Amino acid sequence: MSANQDDANLLEVRGLTKTFGTLTACDHVDLTVAKGEIHALLGENGAGKSTLVKMLFGTLEPNSGEIFWNGQAVTITNPGFAKKLGIGMVFQHFSLFEALTAAENIALSLDDGSPISTIAAKARALSYSYGLPLDPQSLVGDLSVGERQRIEIIRCLLQTPQLIILDEPTSVLTPQEADNLFETLERLRSEGKSILYISHRLEEVKRICDRATVLRHGKVVGHCNPRKETAASLARMMVGNDVQAVVRAPAQGIETAQPLLEIRGLSRKPATPFSIPLKNINLTVRAGEVIGIAGVAGNGQGEFFESVSGEVPQQDAASVRIRGKDAGGLSITGRRLMGAAFVPEERLGHGAAPRMKLSENLLLSRHATDGKVFVGAGGMVKSDAIYAAAQRIIKAMDVRKSAADPEAAALSGGNLQKFIVGRELDRRPSVMVVNQPTWGVDAGAAAHIRQTLIELARSGSAVLVISQDLDELFEISDAIAVMHNGELSKPLPIAEATFEKIGLLMGGAEPGHAEHALETS
Amino acid sequence: MDITVNILLTIATAATPLLIAAIGELVVERSGVLNLGVEGMMIMGAVGGFGAGYLTGSPWIGLLAAIALGAVFSLLFAVMTLSLATNQVATGLSLTLLGLGLSGMMGTSFVGQPGARLPNLDIPGLTAMPVIGRLLFGQDPIFYISIALTAAVMWFLFKTRTGLTLRSIGDSHTSAHALGIKVIRYRYLAVIFGGACAGLAGGHLSLVYTPQWVENMTAGRGWIALALVVFASWRPWRVLAGAYIFGAVWIGQLHAQAFGIPVPSQLLSSLPYLATIVVLVLISRNKRLTMMNTPASLGQPFVPDR
Repeated sequence: MSANQDDANLLEVRGLTKTFGTLTACDHVDLTVAKGEIHALLGENGAGKSTLVKMLFGTLEPNSGEIFWNGQAVTITNPGFAKKLGIGMVFQHFSLFEALTAAENIALSLDDGSPISTIAAKARALSYSYGLPLDPQSLVGDLSVGERQRIEIIRCLLQTPQLIILDEPTSVLTPQEADNLFETLERLRSEGKSILYISHRLEEVKRICDRATVLRHGKVVGHCNPRKETAASLARMMVGNDVQAVVRAPAQGIETAQPLLEIRGLSRKPATPFSIPLKNINLTVRAGEVIGIAGVAGNGQGEFFESVSGEVPQQDAASVRIRGKDAGGLSITGRRLMGAAFVPEERLGHGAAPRMKLSENLLLSRHATDGKVFVGAGGMVKSDAIYAAAQRIIKAMDVRKSAADPEAAALSGGNLQKFIVGRELDRRPSVMVVNQPTWGVDAGAAAHIRQTLIELARSGSAVLVISQDLDELFEISDAIAVMHNGELSKPLPIAEATFEKIGLLMGGAEPGHAEHALETS
Repeated sequence: MDITVNILLTIATAATPLLIAAIGELVVERSGVLNLGVEGMMIMGAVGGFGAGYLTGSPWIGLLAAIALGAVFSLLFAVMTLSLATNQVATGLSLTLLGLGLSGMMGTSFVGQPGARLPNLDIPGLTAMPVIGRLLFGQDPIFYISIALTAAVMWFLFKTRTGLTLRSIGDSHTSAHALGIKVIRYRYLAVIFGGACAGLAGGHLSLVYTPQWVENMTAGRGWIALALVVFASWRPWRVLAGAYIFGAVWIGQLHAQAFGIPVPSQLLSSLPYLATIVVLVLISRNKRLTMMNTPASLGQPFVPDR
């Protein structure tokens, strides 16, 4: 196929390959994006979606393969060149500068030398015309994740691109914010722009995308029209086999069960100017139940987890009670000794020490609770017992690894998460608090982790799960509470909870009131 | 009256090298690089400035040599930390040690020699005015450079697009890279600018302050400049205030010691440090503002994946 003026393909990719060491992240990937279409790029975490778009945007260099833009072969060496061609990108992990204002952030990606005030005025006008209201003078560090994404989108649109790449745009939005985004995308399509839409959320892909390319382990496994597929058939293409559905038996007699984790009037001042204060949080988690906490990222979930886990102890000892005893003043180790277990959001650096072996990481978190087993006379470490326990966890959780006892950083995100969750489950904790249990974990492993959390609860433990993934919370929770701006709503029993109700709470609306932020558009 | 003017002039002379070195380091740190080699670059500037001035007889050539030597010396740091991604703290410390040793070796034949001094400004009619004449129009040229430099850096950082880009790199080099900003190139230029400033500050010591070469003559001023940048929360006018407070208390305590005030001299000698820290901490109480001005990626090596 040579350069062809009638060719309706805006972008064509042939045999694009990228290797990192021995890992082939993208293996001879073919992709075409037509003018005026929304094209979905589907795949699990680690399937090579992000690597592919980074090559299209010039932040990674392909090892081999060709890229055609409007029928012309091009070599995209840097993001500046991609922007000149007319490719715009909205990043998954935002590429914004927290200490700068929205207008300054936008100015940085525009190459013209016009003054900031002109850019701010343009950005404001454009943002209102697309129904994404934005105050250019606000400091990014103060903005919610949804607002930050608006900046990214406006910044991209100001460059008048022909192709807009969106990398997992809805993973941080409330359902209502996502609806708003879809309207914007449909409007852009009607203006003749092309959109490459990366997601692993099948329902939204079915809803807005015209065509889809599915990646698995770096290879293209199929092209399809998502509207003609079912969510299950798309999932099968992505994963390669059927995903085991999570089974949740109804909880029995929860109302009378013993409260194992109680949070009473927990408040916390913001630790840094950009963090969220916690405001009088009350919550009870009883033996046998799973409580989910939903919320848009950055609404105080991180601060809440730190307070519950003891990473930051409280002044008021009664604000956190574990198994009926005050625990607010205790450290993580103190709370662990009372029978609680914690899995933080950040795996490397928080959940595990990256450059230490899995067995060493096991000892780090359990030296106090399992002192008798792991530490012998005179404080000598019993390496054999620790190694055996690590292997037991690896087997129980099906952790896939390259060596017998590798460093934590050598594992993929999903496998490390399985190990960290398994490390805590192995203790049979009576209280388990997990922040983002399956973030970046592939579907099969995620189902496994969710199932083990439910089973832990049904065996008589109290489980608290903080997650941004609403599907996940609906799958495993007996009740869902919503965190917004440092406040926690009352848990809604799962029978009464709907996506819409939870979504409104996530947006900050009182139950029963309209969400005003959406009305302004 | 004359005494007051003289004291004010000595304060300005004491503050100038601190100010210049600190302003240079401020630009470096705003780009996200922590160069602890200020003391080393400064002493190289001092020995180079003295040497060139002594050998050619022209203090102006000495001044240029000081700037050049500081810049070249900082290039060593830039290659190590930016191109080879070495640890910035360790590299900066070794730069200081290397500079102190190397300057001592280069300067052996200069010890005890009379140096060339940069002449003070002398504008007929203006300099002779009472009181303000000498303060405003009769100081050494580097004093004027230091004030102009502070204003220029302030304007550059907060009013120009290039300055905004530099600050953005200091805030997040990964985000900057994703936008296609040439992170390493900006940082090279910032480090070299910082080196040139440190060299100029060193040149001030050996061409104006005490126009001679004494081994180790920077006497820790590079470290004070580094501390000033942090305590001034990376803001140029605060660096200026800090440098002058330090200079004022320094000169003040020298006079107090000369008067024989019955306070242990060790305590008096520690006063400048104490006073500078207290004042700068007090004016940096606004946590939000401090947060906004702290380069978040400071000291982290940047290796783009390719």
